[in-house]
Amino acid sequence: MIDITDKNFDTDKIIQSVITPESGAVDVFIGTTRNHSNGKKVVKLEYEAYNPMALKKMEQIRKEAHERWDVHNVAIVHRIGEVAVGEASVVIAVSSSHRHEAFEACRYIIDRLKAVVPIWKREYFADGSVEWSKATHTEKIKE
Amino acid sequence: MNVTVYLFSIAKEMAGFEEKKLTLNDDATIDSVYEYLIQSNSRFMDWKSTLRFAVNHEYVENDCRLRNGDEVAVIPPVSGG
Repeated sequence: MIDITDKNFDTDKIIQSVITPESGAVDVFIGTTRNHSNGKKVVKLEYEAYNPMALKKMEQIRKEAHERWDVHNVAIVHRIGEVAVGEASVVIAVSSSHRHEAFEACRYIIDRLKAVVPIWKREYFADGSVEWSKATHTEKIKE
Repeated sequence: MNVTVYLFSIAKEMAGFEEKKLTLNDDATIDSVYEYLIQSNSRFMDWKSTLRFAVNHEYVENDCRLRNGDEVAVIPPVSGG
């Protein structure tokens, strides 16, 4: 399952979607909205995506994970639009026969997603200011 | 030739538009699009080392030759996750 959605997602459904009868492990990463950034209080986040390219890149990362590890299924789902503090913005689930592959692949997928998938975060602060996240602004995207 | 340029995040704010149809010379490259952006807002000059471009949903280098009908995207550093 590769998806970008403006709705709060059903994490259990995403996890269930990767389990096969051969699976002995599922590793899940959930990114959630923090209530602070650079010392300022955050009230909500807003995500924007270049949808067709983001989906293509997520699919590419899924394939890379399959090439590198013996994993069964991979799900990558990202929220766009407003995401309240405490809500999930991204869910990644990876199934495999044994835990090692699922752990490794899951970490690889979230690191790659944060590096190359064209999605942007906008932070709304309690003091009324609004900023595009500068988290990765210091470095050019490397594929 | 004609290309369509899509802008996102901070690039959209700086340019003041999110989509633009551009008519360019037949030997145009990504740098031609970049020059257009600098004309729309000189702040784009400060972004040369961090801004990336995509053509038809794949990252490309700035010397990439464009073709009629290409979809060009201006991609500031990403911050998903």
